Amino acid sequence: MNRIIEWIDARIPMSNTMKLHVTQYPAPKNFNIWYIMGSLALVVLVNQIVTGIWLTMNYVPSAEGAFASVEYIMRDVEYGWLLRYMHSTGASAFFVVVYLHMFRGLMYGSYQKPRELLWIFGMLIFLVLMAEAFMGYMLPWGQMSYWGAQVIISLFGAIPIVGDELTTWIRGDYVISGATLNRFFALHVIALPLVLVILVFLHLIALHEVGSNNPDGIDTKRKKGSVPKEEQSPFEFHKHYADKYDIVDSVPFHPYYTVKDLVGLAGFLILFALVIFYAPTMGGFFLEPPNFEAADPMRTPEHIAPVWYFTPFYAILRAVPIKLLGVILMFGAIVLLFLLPWIDRGNTRSMRYRSIWHKLNIFQFVISFIVLGYLGVKPATDIYTMMAQIFTFLYFAFFVFLWFYSKNEKTKPLPERLTK
Amino acid sequence: MMKRILLAVAFLIPSAVFAAGPSMPLDKANYDLTDNASLQRGAQIFMNYCLGCHNAQYQRYQRTFEDIGIPVDLGEELLQFTGDGVGSHMVSAIDKSAAAEWFGLTPPDLTLVSRVRGADWLYTFFRSFYADESRPFGVNNVIFENVGMPWMLEELQGTPRKVTETKVVNGKEQEVTVLTTDGNGRLNAEEFDQAMLDLTNFLVYVGEPVKLERQRMGLFVIGFLFVLLVLTILLKKEYWRDVK
Repeated sequence: MNRIIEWIDARIPMSNTMKLHVTQYPAPKNFNIWYIMGSLALVVLVNQIVTGIWLTMNYVPSAEGAFASVEYIMRDVEYGWLLRYMHSTGASAFFVVVYLHMFRGLMYGSYQKPRELLWIFGMLIFLVLMAEAFMGYMLPWGQMSYWGAQVIISLFGAIPIVGDELTTWIRGDYVISGATLNRFFALHVIALPLVLVILVFLHLIALHEVGSNNPDGIDTKRKKGSVPKEEQSPFEFHKHYADKYDIVDSVPFHPYYTVKDLVGLAGFLILFALVIFYAPTMGGFFLEPPNFEAADPMRTPEHIAPVWYFTPFYAILRAVPIKLLGVILMFGAIVLLFLLPWIDRGNTRSMRYRSIWHKLNIFQFVISFIVLGYLGVKPATDIYTMMAQIFTFLYFAFFVFLWFYSKNEKTKPLPERLTK
Repeated sequence: MMKRILLAVAFLIPSAVFAAGPSMPLDKANYDLTDNASLQRGAQIFMNYCLGCHNAQYQRYQRTFEDIGIPVDLGEELLQFTGDGVGSHMVSAIDKSAAAEWFGLTPPDLTLVSRVRGADWLYTFFRSFYADESRPFGVNNVIFENVGMPWMLEELQGTPRKVTETKVVNGKEQEVTVLTTDGNGRLNAEEFDQAMLDLTNFLVYVGEPVKLERQRMGLFVIGFLFVLLVLTILLKKEYWRDVK
């Protein structure tokens, strides 16, 4: 065995990489439950890729055959229904863990210096994930697949001058048709997953370069020679880190966080399985009832609602009567998230040690996001539109408030070492 | 235990959000997918009355017979009225373009109708037809206004009538619409309701034939995952014991 390892190590840096990134990689020891979302997102990504490959084996990407092939998978393919539900539930689960992952970053200031690029890669993943989910939702070729895509693609038509040309270019046709389905299939099964995997890789490389943040938001890698030996973490870390820093309050990623993530994984899989086996449509939120009807270009459904993970942004879009402004606001809502590391001008990362204003602001932001999500599934009545306007305002106000109070924010003193 | 969890999950979701939005309250369809006798009676009604015009084009005869406990040769003989093999999809023999001309549109496929509309809607729909001379087929439906189909089950139900009665509701006299029949059908009201529940049951089955298997498998998977959860917690504790 040793000789095999030596043979490989002489040719590629296997053992060293393993130590550098896994067995001797220092991670702060006080991660809480919010820190399992990253590894869960990775598990869901693998789930999507594996089930996706098997679904592709029986799916027919054509306007004539798509809907029937999905039912063929549900009925005639051995365990096809399980693969399909794992994939459809996985799509929603992906957004659940990614939203929680982003919320963790928001709470503990994980986007702040020096983790700006890490945050940007994360946001790019979020963006590509939305495109991936949108294109995937079209593939079953149900009524919502068709009309949901119709609504989203027509958004680009609001762009002045090039709008119409652009929508035609995206669809590959004057209306959504088999041509659109075919290209979305290609993008969904190969182009975007490839980009996604590359971005995840970059996200991890960026993470390991700067190291994980923690719930206290203080550095666990201290200046070399600043911490007495007996106060440093007793574990052996890779010399890449140990030569540069005195490391405190940290544990090697493996085995400490691998075993901890396994607990999180088991818990997550229980919830995941509950949905797959007992509520695969999740009351119409994961699989919408109108999507069990084949796409009919001649008949618009009464009420078109996107899947739940798009609804906060959809509500922002509908909140303003001018279409172009709505589109700008919707994309602006995402652009602002990209800029978060520079909008927040504070130096204290974790909300634990920041002002009451920051806590209240995060609280109202979360409430606004959830309410917008709720409004996005409801028909746009007068009262709902007014609410959408109020909460859209609050969503954007979060960034404005943050910009102002973070400059000279009165924060609490940071602890010297990690707390529980 | 499982029921409680499901209940908790169910409460978190406003299920009405995606309902197709009829103004009439729907009757609850207490269908039971484990009741093979009910499914078989439902299949009988479906094959005899619905499949004449509608398809269930994603579902196969043989699988249906096997799933609901009908011997395949018996099913083929008594419930399959087209000449296709027993392994074929349940497709109506009607001429589709002619049907589109007669009814204004091709009769929709019913394989997934229970997943689009929901069981309660179907159960209410079947029991909401009434005679209406202004309509081309002489019938209308309370929850599906101007429905474009003839009412095939009149011979079972009797001629349905919509009548307005004055009733005392909460101490006040109110005009209420009630559905009744002329009593000229083969079934009485109770028997007809049961027959419609059977038909609903069958359509719920056809909508997702793996539903029972899925729920059964879930128990094993989730049971296994709970064992895994306990083991991983113990493993984690063991490793973290000496992290101060």
